[in-house]
Amino acid sequence: MKSRFTFMFAGWALAAMAVLATAQTAPLELPKIIAAGTALSVSTAGSGRAVLYIVGPGQALRRDMQLGETIIFGPGDIHNAGHYTAALVGSSSTQTAEFDVTAAKQPSMLSFLAKPSRLPVDLHDGISGVVYVLDAFRNLVLQPTEVSFELSGIGGATQTRVARTQNGVAWVEMDSAPKAGSTQFQARVGNTTEKRIIQQVPGEPCNLRMSARRSGARVELETEPLFDCRGNTVPDGTIVTFKETYNGGETTVDVPLKRGVARTNVPAYDGSIISVATGVVMGNEIHWQDR
Amino acid sequence: MKGTSRIQAEKLLLAVGLALATLLVWAFDQLAVRVTATESVGPRTLETQTKTAVVRDYLAAWQSLSRALEENNPSLLGADFVGFAKDKLFDTIQDQQKLGIRTRYQDRQHDINVVFYSPEGLSIQLLDTVEYDVQVVDHNKVQATQHVRTRYLAVLTPTEVRWKVRIFQSAPEP
Repeated sequence: MKSRFTFMFAGWALAAMAVLATAQTAPLELPKIIAAGTALSVSTAGSGRAVLYIVGPGQALRRDMQLGETIIFGPGDIHNAGHYTAALVGSSSTQTAEFDVTAAKQPSMLSFLAKPSRLPVDLHDGISGVVYVLDAFRNLVLQPTEVSFELSGIGGATQTRVARTQNGVAWVEMDSAPKAGSTQFQARVGNTTEKRIIQQVPGEPCNLRMSARRSGARVELETEPLFDCRGNTVPDGTIVTFKETYNGGETTVDVPLKRGVARTNVPAYDGSIISVATGVVMGNEIHWQDR
Repeated sequence: MKGTSRIQAEKLLLAVGLALATLLVWAFDQLAVRVTATESVGPRTLETQTKTAVVRDYLAAWQSLSRALEENNPSLLGADFVGFAKDKLFDTIQDQQKLGIRTRYQDRQHDINVVFYSPEGLSIQLLDTVEYDVQVVDHNKVQATQHVRTRYLAVLTPTEVRWKVRIFQSAPEP
């Protein structure tokens, strides 16, 4: 409520002051756009003391001055990109102007988001990279800029893509390599580079097969070494589930892979059905016959 | 007789002035928000719920910005800003505190266009043609008021419960 009326009265006051000011002083002249970090000089006319304010969400500056002087803001004084209002407030008049500060043209930082950090091998468009291009003052560089993305590492050719920024952002999607292991995902603009490491892990096992042999009153079960469809060894610790069904009853054993294979034993029931699975992959089934 | 009619005329002028001022204040209080229909925002589909949440949180960020800069209170930024945007606004508030000034930003109109939604869903970019009034207050005295129309670019990222503004800067029309 308070600010409403402040605005209202300020509006009236400003209108009245503007009428007076028109007759007394020259308008405040500023360039419409300046690059972040560049110097700015503000010429004024008239006489008497005044205060120059430059305000925006990105920065606030205030300078006491003598009308008729030229105020100089040095390189780096105004460094945050944004829209600024300049107000020159003298004893009898207020002049205002607006200008934009844009990012410096030279990119010097990349905000690089690579996802995911871990994924299965051989996934089409499985890896995404998003880059926001920033200048030395952490302003988003809106001028279209080419960003080079490179995915390189174990197994598989290096993938390279070039994307052009739009509104300061560029993105790509890339395939994971056929071989498991660490891969380096790099984004580059000129001499500025950002790197991320992505772990590519084996995919779902292919051809899960087990064999069975009698050992006393039990049946020993053992899988063949487990590989994914690209020949990568499925990591130890992956759970393999053996299930024995006999006469309406069921025995389930979860076993982690050790050195690429899973082993267990179950009671030897003549006529039982033994199956094996890991994740969503089903293996072979054995109909156990005691001979 | 002449004096009486002059007083009446002055009273009438005052009444008209007050009525106009009231209308002006009422009109100013209506924040107009328009969100442009967006068909393609990059690699990821933008669901209506997401768009609604992003716009709501972005407008809330304007309110926080406005209060924080008016009260020179950086603690008001945390709920809506993060990263570079928060750091820069924090610095601006520090500048203002040192200079003994405050700024009042009163947004009047937003014309928001979602221009990019990243493939992994971790950033969303808006272009906002915004109209606002800015006042410079120096040691509790209003020194200048300016009506501004410009275009802002904001990058928001999701946090635990809301979208927060990570990059906030003007993007003048090319």
